[in-house]
Amino acid sequence: VIGTRTARPDVLALLQAGGVYPAIVVLLLFNLALTPNFATVANLRLQLVQVAPVAIVAIGMALVIGTEGIDLSVGSTMAISAALLPLYLGYGVWPAVAVALLAGAAVGVVNGSLVAFARMQPIIATLGTLVACRGLALVLADGRLTEIFDPVLAQLGNEAVLGVPISVLLVLVVTASAAVVVRRAAFGRRLLAVGGNRAAAGLAGLPVRRTLVTVYVVSGVLAAAAGVLSTARQGASDPSSAGLLIELSAITAVVVGGTPLSGGRVRVLGTLMGALLMQLIIATVIQHDLPDSTARMLQAAIIVAAVYVQRGRSRA
Amino acid sequence: MTAVDTTATTPGRRTVTGRRWWWQPGRTGTPIVLALVLLGGSAVFGDSFASGRNLGNIALDSSYLLLIATGMTFVILSGGIDLSVGSLLALSGVLTAYGAQWGTLTAVLLPLAVCGVLGLVNGLLIGRAGIAPFIVTLATLLFARGLAFAVADEGNRVYLIPADLALTRLGQARWLGLSAPVWFALIVFAAAVVVLNRTRFGQATFAVGDNLETAGLMGVPVARVRVLVYVVSALLTGIAGVLVAAQTQSGLPTLGEGRELEAIAAVVIGGTLLTGGAGSLGGTLAGVLLLKVLQNLINQVGTLTSYYQQVVSGTFLVVVVLIQTRLNRRRMR
Repeated sequence: VIGTRTARPDVLALLQAGGVYPAIVVLLLFNLALTPNFATVANLRLQLVQVAPVAIVAIGMALVIGTEGIDLSVGSTMAISAALLPLYLGYGVWPAVAVALLAGAAVGVVNGSLVAFARMQPIIATLGTLVACRGLALVLADGRLTEIFDPVLAQLGNEAVLGVPISVLLVLVVTASAAVVVRRAAFGRRLLAVGGNRAAAGLAGLPVRRTLVTVYVVSGVLAAAAGVLSTARQGASDPSSAGLLIELSAITAVVVGGTPLSGGRVRVLGTLMGALLMQLIIATVIQHDLPDSTARMLQAAIIVAAVYVQRGRSRA
Repeated sequence: MTAVDTTATTPGRRTVTGRRWWWQPGRTGTPIVLALVLLGGSAVFGDSFASGRNLGNIALDSSYLLLIATGMTFVILSGGIDLSVGSLLALSGVLTAYGAQWGTLTAVLLPLAVCGVLGLVNGLLIGRAGIAPFIVTLATLLFARGLAFAVADEGNRVYLIPADLALTRLGQARWLGLSAPVWFALIVFAAAVVVLNRTRFGQATFAVGDNLETAGLMGVPVARVRVLVYVVSALLTGIAGVLVAAQTQSGLPTLGEGRELEAIAAVVIGGTLLTGGAGSLGGTLAGVLLLKVLQNLINQVGTLTSYYQQVVSGTFLVVVVLIQTRLNRRRMR
């Protein structure tokens, strides 16, 4: 949000803050030069649509990490949202979506209360809800995959407005709102203050607990929205695989995007770029016929490299 | 560095004192809860729970988790976290099965060497390069899983361990009614208890976790300790992987997903603080047994599906930690 206060040369400081941008440019140039059929509208649209759920979850995660927290339960929240959709579709699409989002908010309230009022460590509180909510989603859906034949939901997953897929539009809206909130809104300021120094924020009279609960609720609702989106795209609700391990992808995107795990600073656009970078790596590897295992090892190396460049501000 | 007296740095905290150096039941109620659950389980389910066969199964199931959680205790005590253990378990299992084609020695040494190296990489990136443990081990989680799949030909190939290999016979042996992995886990655990409480390295682990700067000023080799704990964690996970492979006579690259969270849960339920510097291996043992006994009890209830097991485990974790936080705060007042 504010420029670094180190005595380093400006170029180095810029690279540290936004190492993700040159990485994306390099990867894009590489693909434009060497990957056949990369620069087609269909391919670029596919990449963007595929990254949408992770990007939405990662924005929520970035806000939580800004408060020096972490939300491991996002994947399970996606599963609950996916499990609830077919159960309430009988009342219409929008009530069903509303129920799914409400469930996400409820998970957020539980997480937030455990962190804010019971003062539990976020990693443990959300680890508990991760396990419990995945189980709950499976109980709700009886462990089964349910196919969904709903025209409106199918449109949400696959249609485009003015050439831009609806899910991509949603990502843009979420990113823009988060960026405005972090930079301009009082809530964003409070969030960063709590993350920077919880005790000081409390002494300064900020509503620390309310801020924390709200942040986890936002993360829960965004995760539920991602669950609706991926369910709509697949045309099926699968609570055993929906959002599995997405918490790791989201945390990776946040960290690669330059948000320190120690709180007090959020890079919203960087987070979106971090998610895009990871998606580009997978796409590059797949389009060059390299196995999936190579993609994982490459991702690992890039995470470490990206964070090594930014180290000093990411010590946690 | 001569003597690292952790009790001197923060008076009032219970660490290594007098006769009770290996167990501090006053720290948590975990062992008491464990005893109550065991008694309750026997009362309700009778022989189907309290039979030697079932208890033996619980012990075998717990032994792998105990090995991983023991290493995790060292890491968490030093103020870090190791997310890579689940993937390392799979990698070790796959490498054991892969190495078994050249005999028992390679089957054991290959996975331990690779896990040791990955642990060292974890440690160096955290201890020397100063990157956050959460991120480094998250990357190793991805890397080790990728390597496991690469060795197993993207999961299309399952290496089988021949039944006549010394490794198989050793891994499936039973002594005094308990499976071999249980004995291995207990021996390693006992050694770890001695190392943690009776050696400089163990004391330094507490000191580093309690306060990095203070430990450094006192002359504790902070970086070396922080590197070593991740090597210990990776090696113990490697041993667990070898034992799993020997038991099942194969190595699966999908093994152990989410095991890191189970291990962290066991350590935290055992009363070790995630902030580092305070905790005990005795607590971790109780935490591991408590998790496994509860899972077994839920399975005994025929009407509950395994999905409920997750709901109960998650809720239970939250409740235990809630109680702990309460107790700790009261003690601090």
